Amino acid sequence: MSAFTALVRKDVRIYLSNRRALLLSLVAPILISAFMGAVLGGGPSKPAAIPIGVVDLDQSTISKKIVADLARDTTLAVRELPKAQAIALVREGKINAAAVIPQGFGQQASDALFRPDIGRPQIDIHYDPSQSMILEVVKGLLTEYVMQVVSADVFGGSSQSIARQRDRVTNAKNLDPTFRDQLLNLFKSIEDVQVRNPEDQHGSGPAQQGLTMPFGTRDHQVTSGERNYNAYAHSFAGMTVQFILFMGVELGIGLLLMRRMGLWQRLRAAPVSRATLLGSRMTAGTIIALILMAGIFAAAIVVFKVRIEGSVVGFVAVAVSFAVLTSCLGLLIAAIGRTPEATRGMAIVLTLLLVMLGGAWIPTFVFPAWLQSFTQIVPTRWAIDGFDAMTWRAQPVQAIYLPVAELLGLSAVLGALAVFTFRWEE
Amino acid sequence: MLSARGLRKSYGNLVAVDDVSVSVAAGEIVGLLGPNGAGKSTTVAMLCGIATPDGGEVSVDGVSLGASAHAGKLLVGLVPQDLALIDELPALDNILLFGSLYGMGGDLLKSRAIEALKLVGLSDRAKSRPATFSGGMKRRLNIACALVHDPKVLMLDEPTVGIDPQSRNHIFGNLETLRSRGKALLYTTHYMEEVERLCDRIVIIDHGRVVAEGTQQALRALMPASAVSRYEISGVIDPALLADLNARGIKSKLRDEDSLEKVFLHLTGTDTRDGR
Repeated sequence: MSAFTALVRKDVRIYLSNRRALLLSLVAPILISAFMGAVLGGGPSKPAAIPIGVVDLDQSTISKKIVADLARDTTLAVRELPKAQAIALVREGKINAAAVIPQGFGQQASDALFRPDIGRPQIDIHYDPSQSMILEVVKGLLTEYVMQVVSADVFGGSSQSIARQRDRVTNAKNLDPTFRDQLLNLFKSIEDVQVRNPEDQHGSGPAQQGLTMPFGTRDHQVTSGERNYNAYAHSFAGMTVQFILFMGVELGIGLLLMRRMGLWQRLRAAPVSRATLLGSRMTAGTIIALILMAGIFAAAIVVFKVRIEGSVVGFVAVAVSFAVLTSCLGLLIAAIGRTPEATRGMAIVLTLLLVMLGGAWIPTFVFPAWLQSFTQIVPTRWAIDGFDAMTWRAQPVQAIYLPVAELLGLSAVLGALAVFTFRWEE
Repeated sequence: MLSARGLRKSYGNLVAVDDVSVSVAAGEIVGLLGPNGAGKSTTVAMLCGIATPDGGEVSVDGVSLGASAHAGKLLVGLVPQDLALIDELPALDNILLFGSLYGMGGDLLKSRAIEALKLVGLSDRAKSRPATFSGGMKRRLNIACALVHDPKVLMLDEPTVGIDPQSRNHIFGNLETLRSRGKALLYTTHYMEEVERLCDRIVIIDHGRVVAEGTQQALRALMPASAVSRYEISGVIDPALLADLNARGIKSKLRDEDSLEKVFLHLTGTDTRDGR
């Protein structure tokens, strides 16, 4: 066995022999990935319904129908509640929003359909500010169902709405006579339609249904085209990157400890070159990183159904290049670090910063635009984007050419810096 | 076997070693003595090729460490003061690892490793991890790791720090065996009784320079005559006679003339070197 092989084998054996630390290095990222994946949407299944409360202070036919339509929508989990309780539940975070339909809403909404100048009734929405994206969902669904129910009431002929509007227009003093005639003709036309199609009044024709959405949508998740998005794929990529970086930090600290303990001096006294000493350390770090990545992603694949939908070769290339980068970073830490204690603290802060900016905790698309642009230069993002491309984004191998080149290029820079700044003499 | 001439080494403005020359012949144990910060460790580092001298030259069995570091290092074994053991690997694997670093392998390496373990009395603990060893056993394993490649020169940097008398005695036995096999040993220590027992010659360095060199007898001869007075008293000592001598200003101490420590303190002073 050559000195190089012996040194690599030694480092790998040392790492693997500490079973407790090894278990922690594997279990911790798996647990955190599982948690973050679940928070970010979990596996390929339907998203959970949004819990909201509805307060019906109107209790009219229109408002009751709106509440019933909302309750039928599978996007929402609707509870009809008293106002105070609904707001309290929002405050406690048990429901995301509470919509309060005011007294007189049905009649006022029908009137406002033709006369916006008389003032529209207001639905108060109390929402959890930490779930602000949900506000837009609730507003959108309310718009759809209110328009549908109110227009059905007006055009369906079952209410007195048209008669009420005609009286109002007829008695309006400041209305332009021409406009008044146009409105009265419109009301007449609606009533004619209602009279000529009496069978439609209790059916499911256009008038009875009111204004409906003039279009529908077909939703397609753009991943592999075959499977639904699996949020665990991203969370495992992020946590793998984080914990492999931690391993790299420990690799560097280990070298500093070797210096302190005399083992480094003993190795230096042996007839092995500097290239062998540093190269073996780097190779061992790469192998350990790959072993850890294999373990973590094996759990992701078996337990959390993460799949390499893109290129397996590309996935391996991202893993290897990130492992090399981690080893070079560890070597640089050993080169510029003074004491293991101080170096560990600084290196962990740096790692957390890199991981955070790389999108390991929160996907980068949630970042503000300027931060998204900035993080293009963060190496952890290259690795995470690379893993994402090869898993749930199902990209071809060409998609990782650039991230792999960036990772290996930076590895070369860090490795060169480590070699040139390494203190060979105490 | 080991020859160093005019070694110099500075760290910034601090001159750690200044014109130090040391030689050790085959079958000889040379003691390297000096207070803390005297330059012993730097000297040893240069002698085994860890540190590059600013000046001077080291050769081992005629091979220059400067010109042929790889070949020279093959001839040297180092027992560092800090234990250079890997707790996660069994004792035998520790020795095998260091043997591999010297280009050894196969059956030869295994037999040498077993032989080294046997020499230091750890054959029955070959499969045990150093973490389970006593301090003395770790020290002995530390020596075995340096012997596996059968070096011609062995450098021992305070190899008996913090161990019990039994282990120390065992190590002394090992070193005497190695001397009898023709190895050249350079022994660094603070314990004068170890030097007195083991060393054929002594080199004392202070402030980076050699302040004395020679056999024990030669060094004792360096003491001023007034301070080294020899009294031989046979039979029962009359306490009244000692009291009378003391009354006349003559201090007496049994075997005072044999104390190498006194010679050492005379040459290097009594000031502590904690600040260096």
